[in-house]
Amino acid sequence: MARQPEGPPPPPVVQKLRLQYAKRGRLRFSSHRDFQRALERAVRRASIPMAYSAGFHPHPRISYANAAPTGTASEAEYIEIALAARCDPEALRTALDSALPDGLDIVDVVEVTAPGVLADRLQASVWQIELFTDTPGEEAAQANDARVRSVVERFLAAERVEVQRMTKNGLRTFDAREAVLRIEVEPSVTSRPGNGCAILSLVVRHNTPAVRPDDVLSAFRAVADFAPPSPPRVTRLAQGLLDEADGSVTDPLVPDRDGGGA
Amino acid sequence: MRTDTSAVESVFDRLESLLPFVSKPIQYVGGELNSTIKEWDFAGPSTVRWALMYPDAYEVGLPNQGTMILYEVLNERSDALAERTYAVWPDLEKLMREHQVPQFTVDAHRPVGEFDVLGLSFSTELGYTNMLTALDLAGIPLSAAERTIDHPIVLAGGHAAFNPEPIADFIDAAVLGDGEQAVGIITDVIREWKQEGCPGGREEVLFRLSGTGGVYVPSLYDVDYLPDGRIQRVVPNRDGVPRRVSKHTVMDLDEWPYPKKPLVPVAESVHERMSVEIFRGCTRGCRFCQAGMITRPVRERTIEGIGSMVDAGLKATGFEEVGLLSLSSADHSEIAEVTKQLADRYEGTNTGLSLPSTRVDAFNIDLAQELSRGGRRSGLTFAPEGGSERIRKVINKMVTEDDLVRTVAAAYGAGWRQVKLYFMCGLPTETDEDVLQIAELAKRVIQTGREVSGTKDIRCTVSIGGFVPKPHTPFQWVGQTAPEVVDARLAKLRDAIRSDKRYGKAIGFRYHDGKPGQVEGLLSRGDRRVGQVIRAVWEDGGRFDGWSEHFSYDRWMACADQVLADSVVDVNWYTTRERTEEEVLPWDHLESGLDKEWLWEDWQDSLSEDEVEDCRWTPCFDCGVCPQMNTEIQIGPTGRSLLPLAVVPGQGPAGIQTHTHTHTPITGPTAAPAAGQVAAAGPVA
Repeated sequence: MARQPEGPPPPPVVQKLRLQYAKRGRLRFSSHRDFQRALERAVRRASIPMAYSAGFHPHPRISYANAAPTGTASEAEYIEIALAARCDPEALRTALDSALPDGLDIVDVVEVTAPGVLADRLQASVWQIELFTDTPGEEAAQANDARVRSVVERFLAAERVEVQRMTKNGLRTFDAREAVLRIEVEPSVTSRPGNGCAILSLVVRHNTPAVRPDDVLSAFRAVADFAPPSPPRVTRLAQGLLDEADGSVTDPLVPDRDGGGA
Repeated sequence: MRTDTSAVESVFDRLESLLPFVSKPIQYVGGELNSTIKEWDFAGPSTVRWALMYPDAYEVGLPNQGTMILYEVLNERSDALAERTYAVWPDLEKLMREHQVPQFTVDAHRPVGEFDVLGLSFSTELGYTNMLTALDLAGIPLSAAERTIDHPIVLAGGHAAFNPEPIADFIDAAVLGDGEQAVGIITDVIREWKQEGCPGGREEVLFRLSGTGGVYVPSLYDVDYLPDGRIQRVVPNRDGVPRRVSKHTVMDLDEWPYPKKPLVPVAESVHERMSVEIFRGCTRGCRFCQAGMITRPVRERTIEGIGSMVDAGLKATGFEEVGLLSLSSADHSEIAEVTKQLADRYEGTNTGLSLPSTRVDAFNIDLAQELSRGGRRSGLTFAPEGGSERIRKVINKMVTEDDLVRTVAAAYGAGWRQVKLYFMCGLPTETDEDVLQIAELAKRVIQTGREVSGTKDIRCTVSIGGFVPKPHTPFQWVGQTAPEVVDARLAKLRDAIRSDKRYGKAIGFRYHDGKPGQVEGLLSRGDRRVGQVIRAVWEDGGRFDGWSEHFSYDRWMACADQVLADSVVDVNWYTTRERTEEEVLPWDHLESGLDKEWLWEDWQDSLSEDEVEDCRWTPCFDCGVCPQMNTEIQIGPTGRSLLPLAVVPGQGPAGIQTHTHTHTPITGPTAAPAAGQVAAAGPVA
């Protein structure tokens, strides 16, 4: 005879919210599990009236979607939460943001008003990859810039570029080219004083298996024997609905904002 | 001690470029909730700066209560700052060496070598090699004798500091006992010395610390040896140095409600909960237990003190579980009231309560049921420690087989399906029969459990490790059982458990082999000559000895053979050799308060299987601690209650909730608790 939890079942869900959050600075080294723990503690500290699952180990009802890998920063991560009491989205954003460590920042909160699953709206990402020179000076910066441009040209010219990555299911080999819809290169001075930096901006379709920025860098190595001289800094700038025609990515929370009429 | 007045730079930028290449980089970036960063010179040039190290991996070190308490106590002072540092994994160590990044604190990423004090908390001797890694990475000479005024004072604390002789070459000083007040005394001495312009240099400040009577400075004591290798005497080598150094005892726990704001890491750690220490010390008198002996007397936190720490801690952290910590939590004089009232207070908030350390009696089942009424039900663990009635008398673990079976049956009867039993192997006077008795006990537990619960679907796990004799206990004289003997007994026990098909799958068996225990034994009861073994092991690559994947028994034995080759002593001399009453022990000049004659008598009582009661409920047994340390037992019952946390109904936390909802409350009891549930965790008037 199985033991039953005592007491009434958990209160019902009365409101669902979708949150956009950012993973910035040194907190980019947090893993997805690290973020989950930090968030669950933050909702308790902020006294958010979360809806809980039933059973002996009730958990706050939070859905996660498509998290950025450990070590990459992001301006556009998305989650959905369910509440047992209605909250004002902006008040919740402020309260939750201040309960989270600096670097895990809640950017936007909207109430779910439009049909459909959030994950289905996350069709593509815009990634930024900063490739630093390992020596300071203008000359090194220009050489870096020229080298990166030629690598990108060779990558874009290829039909397929096979790369390998260790996954949970072992070493997988897959094409890293087809999912990349666009790459732009712009030179820039960086936050690191003196060192040059070429900034790549990529639009990548969410395929299975997912093509990640480090896969694209592996592909650069494969097509042009290119290895970044020092660790690149990778940031997801956006993810959302993909317009295949022009390769643009739009905010996945727009349908909820429009549907809500707010 | 830093004499250079220039600013100290963060090494984070240099560290950051290494982090993409190491495992779990988040552990090195700091920024934990409730952490503190102070300006380097916030109290002027005489600011006393502490780097606190727990010499194990971040995931183990961060939740350590001792380090967390001292970090907060020091940072509350107007003349001191404290930052934390942990052992870096070998992958980062290698990169730090390649790129000349020094040992750093995780708070402001300042180089550890720039601080005034490097305070290390040793819960176990297996952290010694990690200390050497940290010293080396920090640019601090391993040998204390080679340090100058520009290097930090390396200070050891924690339980292992009750015999710091094996690391006497590497540390400048050691502190015994409770740290809360001791760090204040040390800070005062260092600050005054700095304000005076650091007269007499490093030697002078160490001498002044020694003069407090509560700081042991090994370099101020000489050790003489007899031709047969035993110690002849340990004596001060300078006037004004006390012959004996005493432990520190905090008498009123309610005055020290730390940690007030427990650290919450982003990284995963071994304790995903907050802890409140409900009392310190234990007088159960288990003869193997160093913690119980060296932390006497018992000092309870009051029910109100516990209640306010739980409340403040949960608010400050957002943890969903609170552990009520102590050496034997069910022994708190008001534990029933504490658990019931806390369970009442947090009912419906999805907050779990746990008692990590409990004794074997039926009262515990009531407590466990009280704690799990909210739904969460952690496993039940009991520690009979010895398999036979006879051996339990030897170790003074006063529990009969009938007690145990009754307790476990009550647990199965109350719905638990899984019970864990802890034992030790290699106890003094132990025979194969004593250990094989564990199998019989486990079978009786399962049999009774099946009868009581009416199901075959119950399990018990037998968990067993090797016993290591420790200083300042009645077993400090015994010959440690050789690892081969321990391993042979464990193998026989495993066979005995598995051979009986009626129980085979219902009884789990987990054990630790005897080899690490022998190294721990060498480090626990070693003297200054063991220091060179530690150094040789570290130079040969020894790291993280508490981790089976890093620990190498063969390396320890090879290094010990080599270093001690020309000596009359060897590993067996330190471990399996039984000591006589008159032998001078390496820690005899370090005062835990326990009377050595009493310890010897208790050891003799143990051999005749005589038990000693707990002095909380029976007359004093003259262990010596209270008169020696001028302390006394402090226990309740106080008869008081938790102050109710007043709840303002309907007032949303921080104004998040909207109250102009459009939805209609659902009928029935489920809607109302929704608001109550939130409010209970919300603002407190």
